[in-house]
Amino acid sequence: MQELAYERPTTIAKAVALMARDGARALAGGSDLIPQLREGRRSASVIVDLKHIPALNDFRREPDGTWRIGAALSVAKLGAHAEFAREHAALLASARMIGSLQIQARATLAGNLCNAAPSADAVPLLIALEAIVEIISADGVLSRAGVESIATGPGQTSLVPGDLVTTVLLPPPEPRSAACYLRFTPRREMDIAIAGSGVVLRLDDKGVIANAKIFLASVAPKPMRASTAQSLLIGQKPSAALFTAAGAAAAAECRPISDTRGSADYRRELVAVLTRRALADCARQLGVMLP
Amino acid sequence: MKSVITCEINGEPRDALADGRDTLLELLRDRLGLTGTKEGCGNGNCGACTVLMNGEPVCACLVLAGEAHGAKITTIEGIARGNTLHPVQSALIAHGGTQCGFCTPGIVLSAVALLDRNPHPSPHEIRHAIAGNLCRCTGYDKIVEAIAAVAHGTNIDVKPAP
Repeated sequence: MQELAYERPTTIAKAVALMARDGARALAGGSDLIPQLREGRRSASVIVDLKHIPALNDFRREPDGTWRIGAALSVAKLGAHAEFAREHAALLASARMIGSLQIQARATLAGNLCNAAPSADAVPLLIALEAIVEIISADGVLSRAGVESIATGPGQTSLVPGDLVTTVLLPPPEPRSAACYLRFTPRREMDIAIAGSGVVLRLDDKGVIANAKIFLASVAPKPMRASTAQSLLIGQKPSAALFTAAGAAAAAECRPISDTRGSADYRRELVAVLTRRALADCARQLGVMLP
Repeated sequence: MKSVITCEINGEPRDALADGRDTLLELLRDRLGLTGTKEGCGNGNCGACTVLMNGEPVCACLVLAGEAHGAKITTIEGIARGNTLHPVQSALIAHGGTQCGFCTPGIVLSAVALLDRNPHPSPHEIRHAIAGNLCRCTGYDKIVEAIAAVAHGTNIDVKPAP
C-alpha cells in the first residue's frame, strides 16, 4: 500500500481543493474504501475525510419536501430521524441491510452509491425513488446527476477525478405509491445479496398501475432497470398473475453471472421470486387485495 | 507520512504517532499496546476489533488512525472498573458465553453499546446487535443468554423464533 496523506477539511471549498490533487479520494464512512486500499483493490495517495464538513452532515427537508442528505451522513444517523423513517421506510430498511451496526455507524448512502458494487443494497430504491446527487467538480462547478447515471460497472463510476459527491437529494414519495426492496442472502445478516429487487409502484385514482420502477441488484454489472417487467405492469390492475408475469420478465431480462455466491440460473430464479414478492408487498402497503 | 494523533482512550487523553496508512486497530494494538482489541478478518466482517468511537460501535480495522483524532474511544481495557468486571463480562463468564475468547472483547463492546441505548432489549434485538460479531465456538445462545440476563436481571428464554 502506497503512502497515504490523511486530510480533514472543514469546508466544501477546502475539500474541493484537496480533491484536485493527484491521487485524491474522498472518504465518507470508509467501510468499503479502507479495506480496498489495504488489499490493493483501489489506490489513493490523499484521503479527503468528508465527515468534518458541516454541510456534508446535512439531514433536512427542503421547502418542496425533498430530503437533503449530506454525503458524510451515516446510515445509523439516517435511521434516527423519525419523520424520514416513516416516509422512506423501505429505503431505510434497504440501507439497514448494509453490513452490521458497526458498519452502519460509518457507512453512508453516497458511499454505497460511489463504491458502485452491483450488490449495493441501498441503490436500487435510491434510483427507483429518483434520487439525485450534487457533484462539485475540481474547478468548483456544481452539477446534478440522477443516481442511475453514477455506477457504470463493478467499482466503476461516471465521476471524473476531482469530482466530489456532496449530497443525495431524495424527493418525497408520490401519492398512492409504495416502495419495497427484497434481497436474498444465505445468512440473515452480514451477507452480500445474491440477488435483490427494488420496486416502486404507483397507482392512479382507479387503482390502475400508473408507474412501476424495478431495479435489480447483483444480476448485472450495475444496478439494472427491469424495463420489460416495468412496461408489463404499467396500465394494468394489480393481480397475483400480473406480478408473477412481471417477476418472470425481470428474470428473463437480467444478466447475472455465475460466481461463488450463486449460479446465473439460481439468480434468475431469485429475481423472479423477489420481484413478485416486492410487488405484492407494495400492493399490500397500498391496501390492494390481489385477485 | 506520520502525524500525531490525539484522542481520548478509555477516559484518558493519549497521543500517538501514526502513519497515514494506519488503522485505528493498528494505533491501538501496535502504537499504544492495547492488545485487548483483536484483529480477525481485517475487513469489517468479523467484528473482533469492535470498539466504541464517540459511543458508537465501530470496527477499528475500518477506521483510519487519522479519523480517530479528537475522538473518544472505548476499548475492552476501559470496560471493567479496576478489578470489578462490567456486568456484561461477569454474565458472559457465568453463562459460559466465551470459549476461545477471541471474539469476546468485540462482543462485550457491542453488548455495552446496546445496553447503553436500549437497557431492556428483546432476544431478537440482542441477536441483531451482535450480528456483526462472529463467534465460531459458542453457537451464540450462551452469549445472548448472558446479555439478556444483564438486561432483565434474570435468565430468560432467548431461543430464536423458528
